[in-house]
Amino acid sequence: MRTLRWIIGLILIGAFMFADFYIYDGPIYFKLINVILFSSLFVLYRVIVGPTAADRIVAVDILGILIIGLLAMLGLYYDQSFFMDIGLIWALLSFVASLALAKVLEGRSLDD
Amino acid sequence: MIREIIGMAMILIGIAFDFLGVLGLVRLPDVYNRLQAATKCVTFGSAGILLGVFIIQGFNNFGFKVLLGIVFIFLTSPVAAHIIARAAHRSGVQLTKETIVDQYQEDRELKE
Repeated sequence: MRTLRWIIGLILIGAFMFADFYIYDGPIYFKLINVILFSSLFVLYRVIVGPTAADRIVAVDILGILIIGLLAMLGLYYDQSFFMDIGLIWALLSFVASLALAKVLEGRSLDD
Repeated sequence: MIREIIGMAMILIGIAFDFLGVLGLVRLPDVYNRLQAATKCVTFGSAGILLGVFIIQGFNNFGFKVLLGIVFIFLTSPVAAHIIARAAHRSGVQLTKETIVDQYQEDRELKE
Protein backbone atom coordinates (compact mmCIF):
# COMPACT_ATOMS: atom_id res chain seq x y z
CA MET A 1 0.00 0.00 0.00
CA ARG A 2 2.79 2.36 0.93
CA THR A 3 4.85 1.65 -2.20
CA LEU A 4 1.69 1.95 -4.30
CA ARG A 5 1.09 5.46 -2.98
CA TRP A 6 4.70 6.42 -3.61
CA ILE A 7 4.48 5.14 -7.20
CA ILE A 8 1.21 7.01 -7.85
CA GLY A 9 2.68 10.23 -6.50
CA LEU A 10 5.89 9.95 -8.49
CA ILE A 11 3.97 9.20 -11.71
CA LEU A 12 1.68 12.19 -11.11
CA ILE A 13 4.52 14.63 -10.46
CA GLY A 14 6.67 13.24 -13.27
CA ALA A 15 3.82 13.45 -15.79
CA PHE A 16 3.13 17.03 -14.80
CA MET A 17 6.78 18.06 -15.03
CA PHE A 18 7.14 16.38 -18.45
CA ALA A 19 3.98 18.00 -19.79
CA ASP A 20 4.94 21.39 -18.40
CA PHE A 21 8.59 21.66 -19.39
CA TYR A 22 8.68 19.63 -22.64
CA ILE A 23 5.24 19.65 -24.26
CA TYR A 24 3.87 23.05 -23.26
CA ASP A 25 5.39 25.67 -25.54
CA GLY A 26 5.37 29.04 -23.82
CA PRO A 27 7.58 31.55 -22.04
CA ILE A 28 9.58 30.37 -19.02
CA TYR A 29 7.51 32.54 -16.65
CA PHE A 30 4.34 30.69 -17.55
CA LYS A 31 6.04 27.33 -17.01
CA LEU A 32 7.05 28.42 -13.50
CA ILE A 33 3.55 29.81 -12.84
CA ASN A 34 2.13 26.43 -13.82
CA VAL A 35 4.23 24.79 -11.10
CA ILE A 36 2.68 27.13 -8.51
CA LEU A 37 -0.81 26.36 -9.84
CA PHE A 38 -0.08 22.63 -9.58
CA SER A 39 0.95 23.19 -5.95
CA SER A 40 -2.30 24.99 -5.24
CA LEU A 41 -4.10 21.94 -6.63
CA PHE A 42 -2.50 19.92 -3.80
CA VAL A 43 -3.64 22.58 -1.32
CA LEU A 44 -7.20 22.28 -2.63
CA TYR A 45 -6.94 18.51 -2.13
CA ARG A 46 -6.19 19.15 1.53
CA VAL A 47 -9.12 21.61 1.74
CA ILE A 48 -11.54 19.00 0.39
CA VAL A 49 -10.24 15.84 2.11
CA GLY A 50 -8.85 17.22 5.39
CA PRO A 51 -10.17 15.19 8.34
CA THR A 52 -10.65 18.05 10.79
CA ALA A 53 -11.62 21.68 10.49
CA ALA A 54 -8.12 22.84 11.50
CA ASP A 55 -6.68 21.19 8.37
CA ARG A 56 -8.94 23.24 6.17
CA ILE A 57 -8.02 26.47 7.95
CA VAL A 58 -4.31 25.70 7.56
CA ALA A 59 -4.79 24.98 3.85
CA VAL A 60 -6.66 28.23 3.22
CA ASP A 61 -3.93 30.15 5.03
CA ILE A 62 -1.23 28.49 2.89
CA LEU A 63 -3.19 29.20 -0.29
CA GLY A 64 -3.22 32.90 0.55
CA ILE A 65 0.58 32.96 0.80
CA LEU A 66 1.04 31.00 -2.45
CA ILE A 67 -1.08 33.47 -4.42
CA ILE A 68 1.27 36.36 -3.54
CA GLY A 69 4.20 34.68 -5.26
CA LEU A 70 2.02 33.86 -8.27
CA LEU A 71 0.89 37.46 -8.61
CA ALA A 72 4.46 38.76 -8.32
CA MET A 73 5.56 36.49 -11.18
CA LEU A 74 2.55 37.50 -13.29
CA GLY A 75 3.43 41.16 -12.76
CA LEU A 76 7.03 40.43 -13.71
CA TYR A 77 5.93 38.90 -17.01
CA TYR A 78 3.49 41.65 -17.99
CA ASP A 79 5.71 44.42 -16.51
CA GLN A 80 2.79 45.95 -14.63
CA SER A 81 3.03 46.89 -10.96
CA PHE A 82 -0.65 46.80 -10.04
CA PHE A 83 -0.54 43.01 -9.68
CA MET A 84 1.47 43.54 -6.51
CA ASP A 85 -1.29 45.80 -5.14
CA ILE A 86 -3.69 42.90 -5.55
CA GLY A 87 -1.14 40.67 -3.81
CA LEU A 88 -0.80 42.97 -0.80
CA ILE A 89 -4.57 43.25 -0.37
CA TRP A 90 -4.92 39.47 -0.75
CA ALA A 91 -2.29 38.91 1.97
CA LEU A 92 -4.05 41.32 4.34
CA LEU A 93 -7.48 39.72 3.81
CA SER A 94 -6.03 36.21 4.14
CA PHE A 95 -4.37 37.13 7.45
CA VAL A 96 -7.56 38.60 8.89
CA ALA A 97 -9.55 35.59 7.67
CA SER A 98 -7.13 33.15 9.34
CA LEU A 99 -7.39 35.03 12.64
CA ALA A 100 -11.19 35.05 12.50
CA LEU A 101 -11.41 31.36 11.56
CA ALA A 102 -9.00 30.41 14.34
CA LYS A 103 -11.11 32.30 16.86
CA VAL A 104 -14.25 30.55 15.67
CA LEU A 105 -12.45 27.20 15.88
CA GLU A 106 -11.38 27.91 19.44
CA GLY A 107 -15.01 28.32 20.45
CA ARG A 108 -15.09 31.98 21.30
CA SER A 109 -17.27 34.49 19.51
CA LEU A 110 -15.76 37.18 17.35
CA ASP A 111 -16.19 40.15 19.68
CA ASP A 112 -14.50 39.21 22.95
CA MET B 1 22.10 40.67 -17.46
CA ILE B 2 23.84 39.41 -14.32
CA ARG B 3 20.92 40.83 -12.31
CA GLU B 4 18.40 38.76 -14.27
CA ILE B 5 20.41 35.56 -13.76
CA ILE B 6 20.59 36.08 -9.98
CA GLY B 7 16.89 36.98 -9.85
CA MET B 8 15.85 33.90 -11.82
CA ALA B 9 17.98 31.72 -9.51
CA MET B 10 16.17 33.18 -6.47
CA ILE B 11 12.79 32.60 -8.15
CA LEU B 12 13.71 28.97 -8.89
CA ILE B 13 14.77 28.37 -5.28
CA GLY B 14 11.53 29.94 -4.08
CA ILE B 15 9.36 27.78 -6.33
CA ALA B 16 11.20 24.63 -5.24
CA PHE B 17 10.55 25.51 -1.58
CA ASP B 18 6.87 26.21 -2.36
CA PHE B 19 6.43 22.84 -4.05
CA LEU B 20 8.19 20.87 -1.29
CA GLY B 21 6.19 22.64 1.41
CA VAL B 22 2.93 21.81 -0.29
CA LEU B 23 4.06 18.17 -0.61
CA GLY B 24 4.59 18.22 3.16
CA LEU B 25 1.06 19.60 3.55
CA VAL B 26 -0.27 16.56 1.68
CA ARG B 27 2.00 13.86 3.13
CA LEU B 28 2.39 14.42 6.87
CA PRO B 29 0.08 12.69 9.35
CA ASP B 30 -1.09 15.41 11.72
CA VAL B 31 -2.45 18.97 11.83
CA TYR B 32 0.59 20.29 13.70
CA ASN B 33 3.11 18.56 11.41
CA ARG B 34 1.31 19.86 8.35
CA LEU B 35 1.22 23.37 9.77
CA GLN B 36 4.91 23.28 10.63
CA ALA B 37 6.05 22.01 7.25
CA ALA B 38 3.75 24.10 5.10
CA THR B 39 4.04 27.44 6.89
CA LYS B 40 7.82 27.60 7.07
CA CYS B 41 8.50 26.32 3.56
CA VAL B 42 5.80 28.35 1.82
CA THR B 43 6.70 31.55 3.66
CA PHE B 44 10.36 31.21 2.71
CA GLY B 45 9.46 30.23 -0.84
CA SER B 46 7.15 33.17 -1.46
CA ALA B 47 9.69 35.54 0.10
CA GLY B 48 12.31 34.09 -2.24
CA ILE B 49 10.11 34.69 -5.27
CA LEU B 50 9.47 38.27 -4.19
CA LEU B 51 13.18 38.85 -3.55
CA GLY B 52 14.00 37.57 -7.04
CA VAL B 53 11.43 39.91 -8.57
CA PHE B 54 12.93 42.77 -6.57
CA ILE B 55 16.45 41.94 -7.81
CA ILE B 56 15.23 41.88 -11.42
CA GLN B 57 13.18 45.06 -11.15
CA GLY B 58 15.47 47.27 -9.09
CA PHE B 59 14.41 50.42 -7.28
CA ASN B 60 11.25 51.47 -9.09
CA ASN B 61 7.69 51.42 -7.78
CA PHE B 62 7.25 47.71 -8.49
CA GLY B 63 10.41 46.96 -6.51
CA PHE B 64 9.23 48.92 -3.48
CA LYS B 65 5.84 47.22 -3.53
CA VAL B 66 7.61 43.85 -3.61
CA LEU B 67 9.79 44.82 -0.62
CA LEU B 68 6.63 45.83 1.25
CA GLY B 69 5.19 42.42 0.40
CA ILE B 70 8.26 40.63 1.86
CA VAL B 71 7.99 42.58 5.14
CA PHE B 72 4.26 41.89 5.27
CA ILE B 73 4.66 38.13 4.74
CA PHE B 74 7.36 37.85 7.40
CA LEU B 75 5.19 39.75 9.88
CA THR B 76 1.84 38.06 9.37
CA SER B 77 2.56 34.43 8.51
CA PRO B 78 4.12 33.29 11.84
CA VAL B 79 1.36 35.05 13.78
CA ALA B 80 -1.33 33.26 11.80
CA ALA B 81 0.43 29.89 12.16
CA HIS B 82 0.85 30.29 15.91
CA ILE B 83 -2.75 31.28 16.50
CA ILE B 84 -4.08 28.44 14.33
CA ALA B 85 -1.93 25.89 16.22
CA ARG B 86 -3.12 27.22 19.57
CA ALA B 87 -6.76 27.18 18.51
CA ALA B 88 -6.42 23.62 17.17
CA HIS B 89 -4.86 22.42 20.43
CA ARG B 90 -7.49 24.11 22.56
CA SER B 91 -10.36 22.79 20.45
CA GLY B 92 -9.12 19.26 21.09
CA VAL B 93 -7.59 18.06 17.82
CA GLN B 94 -5.85 14.75 18.51
CA LEU B 95 -2.10 14.43 18.05
CA THR B 96 -0.72 11.58 15.97
CA LYS B 97 0.09 8.21 17.53
CA GLU B 98 3.87 8.61 17.30
CA THR B 99 3.89 11.65 19.61
CA ILE B 100 6.33 11.37 22.50
CA VAL B 101 5.86 14.60 24.46
CA ASP B 102 3.16 17.30 24.57
CA GLN B 103 4.51 20.12 26.68
CA TYR B 104 1.63 22.53 26.10
CA GLN B 105 -0.81 20.03 27.61
CA GLU B 106 1.51 19.48 30.61
CA ASP B 107 1.77 23.23 31.08
CA ARG B 108 -1.97 23.68 31.09
CA GLU B 109 -2.46 20.82 33.57
CA LEU B 110 0.19 22.35 35.81
CA LYS B 111 -1.59 25.71 35.74
CA GLU B 112 -4.92 24.20 36.72
